[in-house]
Amino acid sequence: MTEFRKELPISIKYRNNECKKKDNLIEWVYRMTVKIKVENLTKIFGRNPKAVLKKLKSGESKEKIFRETGNTVGVNNVSFEVSEGEFFVIMGLSGSGKSTLIRCLNLLNIPSAGQIYVDGANIVQYNKKALGEFRQKKVAMVFQHFGLFTHRTIIGNVEYGPEIRGIPKEERREIAKKNLAAVGLEGWEDKYPNELSGGMRQRVGLARAFANDPDILLMDEPFSALDPLIRRDMQLEMLDIHAKLGKTIVFITHDVNEAFKLGDRVAVMKDGAIEQIGTPEEILTNPANEYIANFVQDVDKTKVLHAGNIMIKPGALISLKDGPKVAIKEMRNNGISSVFVVDNARKLQGIVTIDDAVKALKEQQKLQDILIKDYDTTTPDTYVQDLIQVASTTKYPIAVVDEQDKLLGIIVRVSVLSALT
Amino acid sequence: MQDFPEFISFKCGIYIEVFVKWLLDNFMGFFDVLNEGVLMFLLKAEAFLLWLPWWCLVLLVFLLGWRFRNLRAGILYAFLLSLIGVFGLWQLTMSTLAIVLTSVVISLLLGIPVGILMSHHAKLEVVIKPILDAMQTMPSFVYLIPAIMFFGLGMVPAVFATVIYALPPVIRLTNLGIKNVPKEMVEASYSFGSSSWQTLLKVQLPQALPTIMTGINQTTMMALSMVVVASMIGAKGLGYEVLAGISRIEIARAFDAGLSIVILAVIIDRISQGIADKYKIPEQ
Repeated sequence: MTEFRKELPISIKYRNNECKKKDNLIEWVYRMTVKIKVENLTKIFGRNPKAVLKKLKSGESKEKIFRETGNTVGVNNVSFEVSEGEFFVIMGLSGSGKSTLIRCLNLLNIPSAGQIYVDGANIVQYNKKALGEFRQKKVAMVFQHFGLFTHRTIIGNVEYGPEIRGIPKEERREIAKKNLAAVGLEGWEDKYPNELSGGMRQRVGLARAFANDPDILLMDEPFSALDPLIRRDMQLEMLDIHAKLGKTIVFITHDVNEAFKLGDRVAVMKDGAIEQIGTPEEILTNPANEYIANFVQDVDKTKVLHAGNIMIKPGALISLKDGPKVAIKEMRNNGISSVFVVDNARKLQGIVTIDDAVKALKEQQKLQDILIKDYDTTTPDTYVQDLIQVASTTKYPIAVVDEQDKLLGIIVRVSVLSALT
Repeated sequence: MQDFPEFISFKCGIYIEVFVKWLLDNFMGFFDVLNEGVLMFLLKAEAFLLWLPWWCLVLLVFLLGWRFRNLRAGILYAFLLSLIGVFGLWQLTMSTLAIVLTSVVISLLLGIPVGILMSHHAKLEVVIKPILDAMQTMPSFVYLIPAIMFFGLGMVPAVFATVIYALPPVIRLTNLGIKNVPKEMVEASYSFGSSSWQTLLKVQLPQALPTIMTGINQTTMMALSMVVVASMIGAKGLGYEVLAGISRIEIARAFDAGLSIVILAVIIDRISQGIADKYKIPEQ
């Protein structure tokens, strides 16, 4: 464990949300280019996929088709797009077809119907040679049980990709060494996979996938076989790698928390079909159906929801020009004991309590004199998780402001606490 | 008890006989060439083994035993091999060894590719499996006679019969070894854009090697066990010595030769298993 920690300076430096913020900045730039486009993809396992396709089109259920024909419908009419540099997570329980789907993206499974475009080219129509080239250059895969070659050394595993591409021995050794160093496995080059722990083996899997410098990384439940502590480290590191290298990642998991932690967008699969695609917040705040609502029930919402999601419009707002009288009236009308004060440009100036306002009215003070400044502010993209501490100590609502200190909304303590449950 | 109704009668052996005769009439040239080729290999192997000074072979067995098992095993195997010389059966042993060696080489040349093909094509497996069962259970005398018809008496039909009997294990275990390569490992290979050949050579065969080595070991053992049967069609060697001993009720003679076969088997088995163990890939 200790040697892993050493390897993780950057990931520890970035807290989870800081990574996310960085992504959001570049997000809209990347959104413009579609990297992977999947159209009406269907995969059927069995002897007679054509007949089954017809049955599927006529709306027969997966179970009925299996009973009648013995064919299994792995993926059923799935369409989605993944943008360049996006971290796209496909989530579903076992048997939902998520592994089948990801194997279609590099044609380890040949689709029964539908198209897959990568950079605009339809990979389903590739011949052997084009497919080989596509796999060598554009896409790499990381496996649940690592899929390491046990008869090869660690460096032998990492240099496999370059070796297949026909890169000369010296050069591919260099590439492999560099990639091993990047995942913190220097000095392990000549060991065999069985001499490594699970976490280290998956690092080798990652290094091996990166050795070909692919645009797209397909990850099939890469962390499911690891124990929880290592898994968390690897997740953070994955976010870190994604932020640094900006690769397009398609990531499979059955773990909702993992999906929401990592994904820019998440697709939820059930019975071979996609039930909902959206950002973690969208899915959490607006589940498409009962199934998804159930699925996301035990998600730790504070790690997904931002301040922007739970803030409310302030019931009352007063301006600096207003006197204590207006302040008292506003507070009485809205049944609150404090009110935020803004200037003409909605810039936050301070907060006034009802007691101070009453006193000020008696003593003929101006609003300016009773302005309290020690309230707490936050930005809309702060995670609710990070507001819990503040919410439990503050006397006033938390003000949500933008970069110009403009008031966007307020968060009352109760809404932070309700996000906890 | 009711007898099986006589009017439902069909004998398939007759068709095999016709087929054999047809082969003899039409393909004798082919069998002659095959005969020549195998015989040449056999004689070269035998000549080489007999040219080799006896202590050279003993030393080789010692070194192999030492390298692949341990020092004590090396000494033991060397001693056992010398014992054969002490029995006065060295030359016959070399003849036997030549037949075994030739049979094993042919079995591997045929068996490993067939095993690989079988692992890749499920339909082929369905066809080949019962044939393998037949090869292993059919009493060898049944095909010894056609073998004589094709190749005449002597060592070549012996090799032919031995190959039929010894071939199945290496086919089966090659097939098994390749099939047992973890699916993710094969997928990983393909996911990097490897061709089927690259996957076979760089991943599947190396992974299957320990199992294939076991197959080679089994094939060798089976070949050795055919020695006595092969001698019935005129293959000289230890088997012939056993046969002669039995037919003349010379217990001592038969026993010496029999013991030599056992010694040969033990040495070959232990050393080849030692080699197979060296190739074992540690489990995950």
